[in-house]
Amino acid sequence: MAFVGLLDRLAPRRSEPEVRLSGSSPDADDPVFATKALHKFQSCLTSRESPVLLDLGPVVGTNVTYFGEQLGCKIFVEDIFADLDRHVRAGTLAQLPAFLKQRFPQESGSVDGILCWDLIDYMDRPAAQQLAAELTRVLRPDGSLLGFFGTAQPRDIRYTKFVVVDKVNLKHRSYAAARGRQAILLNRDIIKLFSGLRVSDSFLLQNNLREILFRKPA
Amino acid sequence: MWKRDEAVRPTSGQPTAVTQPPAPTQTGAPRPETGHHVEKDIVNIGKSVVIKGELNGSEDLTIEGHVEGTIQLREHVLTIGPNGRIKAQVFAKCVIVLGEVTGNVTASDKVDIRDNGSVDGDIVAPRVAIAEGAHFRGSVDMQRKAGAAPQPQAAKSVAPQAAAQPAQAPAAGAPPAGQRVGAQ
Repeated sequence: MAFVGLLDRLAPRRSEPEVRLSGSSPDADDPVFATKALHKFQSCLTSRESPVLLDLGPVVGTNVTYFGEQLGCKIFVEDIFADLDRHVRAGTLAQLPAFLKQRFPQESGSVDGILCWDLIDYMDRPAAQQLAAELTRVLRPDGSLLGFFGTAQPRDIRYTKFVVVDKVNLKHRSYAAARGRQAILLNRDIIKLFSGLRVSDSFLLQNNLREILFRKPA
Repeated sequence: MWKRDEAVRPTSGQPTAVTQPPAPTQTGAPRPETGHHVEKDIVNIGKSVVIKGELNGSEDLTIEGHVEGTIQLREHVLTIGPNGRIKAQVFAKCVIVLGEVTGNVTASDKVDIRDNGSVDGDIVAPRVAIAEGAHFRGSVDMQRKAGAAPQPQAAKSVAPQAAAQPAQAPAAGAPPAGQRVGAQ
């Protein structure tokens, strides 16, 4: 029993089969990890009527259904990973901060929640700073931002699509990327980056991912 | 074991005829609604057709060509085929996208972006399905019908926790005190 318990601790915990969404057979092999911050983020959204959600990752149909149909969010899909990839391939990374400054058409204080995923990890410092400033701008007072930050250098160059299984489980689906994670940010670096926000919750998961839920002071 | 095999053989001794599904007669565009054999008139705008202006209709429509302007099929299904290129505001009951759409899409029933389908624009529909491999950029507004209460379960069950959170929340600039290591 003790040995099994040790294995359970070492290996990423997979959710029980019943938490998998029906109709997800093509990606049945994607690992499912627990999330501690998502349901808190969700509760921030559902406390508002017709919340506006900004998703910085690639579009995922399941997530659109989850947040749009089940939680009643209006969702803006702004795939910044694709923008980052384009700049890496074009060799124009130096222009990325200026690009990000113009990237978000949303008005200041108009967004209730932001799914930042692990985007910051893949960015250079100037671009990350510009992105954080823009996200802080569009977030409404008392709005929340969910960010993931790696705590271990991954071996391969891949992005991850985070597919919501339910409010306590996320499926991690990796796909090709033009660059890998740039640096492992320390807590103080992350907090400094989002200096306009305050940390509401922070969880270090066994899969070496740090989940941080930020709130914008009212 | 052998008896069981014989039991499933046809009694006539003739090999079982394999029924082939009927070959599609039109273009490769899928039928929006299947499951019944009633033939339905589906208007098809071919690959070489270019339309600029307003397109109104009262029957299901499949577009494989180029359309710029406005498309209105308020009570019917619009299918943008794999070769379809649309730069238009689209209004329909149901919109199925296998090609490219640039413009806002409003559906009273459902928007379905299939694999390799692409939408650049805002979607307003009560149901939206986006396949893996589809491209989408814009916003999704899945209007709730009037009277449909927002998820009380989620709001009720989690709101008290959220209300209790500020006690754990550290101020910006300070390390997060609520950090739980190995909390997975």
